[in-house]
Amino acid sequence: MPSNAISICGVGKEYTIRHDSDAPTTLAEAIVRRVRHPLARTTREQFWALRDVSFDVQRGEVLGLIGGNGAGKSTLLKILSRITEMTEGAVDLYGRVGSLLEVGTGFNQELTGRENIFLNGTILGMRRAEIREQFDAIVAFAGVERFLDTPVKHYSSGMYVRLAFAVAAHLRSEILIVDEVLAVGDQEFQRKCLGKMRDVALGGRTVILVSHNMAAISSLCSTAVVLRAGRLAFAGNVSGAVEEYLARDAADMVGDLRGRRDRTGGGELRAVSLALRRANGDLTRSVRPWEPFEIMVGYESPAALHDVMFSIDIELADGTRVATLHSDFRGERFDVPAGEGTYYCEVHGLPLRPDSYVLNISIGGHALYDYVERALSFEIEPVDVFGTGRLPQRSQGPLIADYHWRAAEEVTPAV
Amino acid sequence: MIDDSVAIEPLRTLRPTKGWVSLELSEIVQFRDLLMELARRDIKLRYRQTLLGIGWVLVQPLFAAGMLTFAFGVVAGLKAEGTSSFLFTYAGLLVWNAFAWTLSKASLSMVGNAYLVSKVYFPRLILPLSGTLSTLLDFSVSLSVLVAGLAVLHIWPGWPLVLLPVWILLVIFLALGAGLIAAALTVRYRDIQHILPILIPFLLYASPVAYQVEHIPAQYRSLFYVINPLAGLIGGFRWSTLGTAMPPVPALMWSIALSIALFLFGAAVFRRTEREFADAI
Repeated sequence: MPSNAISICGVGKEYTIRHDSDAPTTLAEAIVRRVRHPLARTTREQFWALRDVSFDVQRGEVLGLIGGNGAGKSTLLKILSRITEMTEGAVDLYGRVGSLLEVGTGFNQELTGRENIFLNGTILGMRRAEIREQFDAIVAFAGVERFLDTPVKHYSSGMYVRLAFAVAAHLRSEILIVDEVLAVGDQEFQRKCLGKMRDVALGGRTVILVSHNMAAISSLCSTAVVLRAGRLAFAGNVSGAVEEYLARDAADMVGDLRGRRDRTGGGELRAVSLALRRANGDLTRSVRPWEPFEIMVGYESPAALHDVMFSIDIELADGTRVATLHSDFRGERFDVPAGEGTYYCEVHGLPLRPDSYVLNISIGGHALYDYVERALSFEIEPVDVFGTGRLPQRSQGPLIADYHWRAAEEVTPAV
Repeated sequence: MIDDSVAIEPLRTLRPTKGWVSLELSEIVQFRDLLMELARRDIKLRYRQTLLGIGWVLVQPLFAAGMLTFAFGVVAGLKAEGTSSFLFTYAGLLVWNAFAWTLSKASLSMVGNAYLVSKVYFPRLILPLSGTLSTLLDFSVSLSVLVAGLAVLHIWPGWPLVLLPVWILLVIFLALGAGLIAAALTVRYRDIQHILPILIPFLLYASPVAYQVEHIPAQYRSLFYVINPLAGLIGGFRWSTLGTAMPPVPALMWSIALSIALFLFGAAVFRRTEREFADAI
């Protein structure tokens, strides 16, 4: 019989933004103002970071919380984990809440690994006895046996993160709230973390998971909620939620590069925008594996140039390059007239695993004219490519090959 | 497996709160291991990579008491009557240190742990309380020196000794009361963390640490006890250790009442503003 683990009812959180010019920043200023203008009210701007959010989370469910920056995800997590208080509404919690909003909260550089396990564990709400009981499991999970009595300031960043996640992963609360922690550590460790999260859910505990990684959400979560501008935009199955999240506003579709100062190159010709377009003409920020699409490069060139080459790198969020689409590889060079215009890169399909990717754009000729890193991010959609309901995992490599298995036509019978 | 029957009533309902709220002492008990771990962290970190280690706890008050005895006893000639000038000052200094350290640690406890306050939930009162625990440990270590001194000089305070824990508790209450108000204010107005370090050393001279209340002209003594509630507590502490004269009963009553009242008021103010800490810090 399913029952609620969390019931969220009409939750709203209002922040007050005081205007810089009149906000008292020191006590003296505040007192002087009170004395001089005893009846004056400070001008404040009210801002609802979250409004009218209601949904239930069933026990044993892994709920994905999705939304762009500023959608209110963090605010909701902070309310659920009691770090901050809501302004209106109510939340019923049917169990102890453990929250992991940051890996390694309260870790102290000077303390040893052993000391930090106890400090961090109690900060997360564990009892000492509980930690002692799970101490060996935590140490084994993190793989830091040899460095237990070394101050963590001497740890490599990988070890540090592993130890921090290991402590949190052994929280025994009935409800676990996790914010974007899967983005840390190497691939092997991420696989371990994902496995641990799945075990947690299988053990009948409830998990709320925030991630920008749609593939992780799709593979881990049973249901999902989308927040947009502080309001609930969607609650229900994961594929519906991902679709809702990816359908962004039109203004979001085009990567405007005019404001980018972190570019290199001589500037003879500059990329001013980058966008993806589906075969039906719609702009998009996500494509399916193998789906044909076009990359549109808007440019600006003060003078005419000859033999211009365009190149786009496709990288994973961690910087791993998966492909380079260089016009010169195809023997394509262009004479670019002075002025503004667009060049198109026709992509016949990317055999890539569902994940977040970024594009770098470079334009050159006799020298490098312009290079912008991370000019546009896009998603390969977590669709069921093989029609079997199984998504390839990060540990299985970046490519999705088109393949199938068969048996030999002639079988040698067993003797 | 989780028993389904417990799910009918929520374990906890979160709602917006307004005004004064309860101290929720039961929750502090629930988080007592965190309290101990934070105190342990404080103690470990303070003396890690130092040569003398915990020995610094002994050196500091001995040195300070020596200087104060020299300045007040020798130079100014304000000799404590009927007891060793040094032990008299040392005893006063122990109380003073417990007060000053508790106050300054509590006042910085929120801002100094901002990264915790904004990332994880626990009863916020744990932070100022954990600072108090490590101060109490320092106090006990320094107290052993006082005990040794009393033994050498064959001083036995008699039955007032049983009141010793009471004075210490009241000093902590007084310091925590002020410290909790300061901590709540510091979250919004960072001036407090600049004011207190200037103010506290001067308060030392306003307290009967290196002089006796009897050195103050008789007509001002009552006023002195009223203005400085610590005076009664320092007197009480000396009465319970050095066996000096008992401070006037009205002064003691006033100090006791004010310490308890300030602690309760400070805790209430702290709890009332606590809900804004994570947003304002």
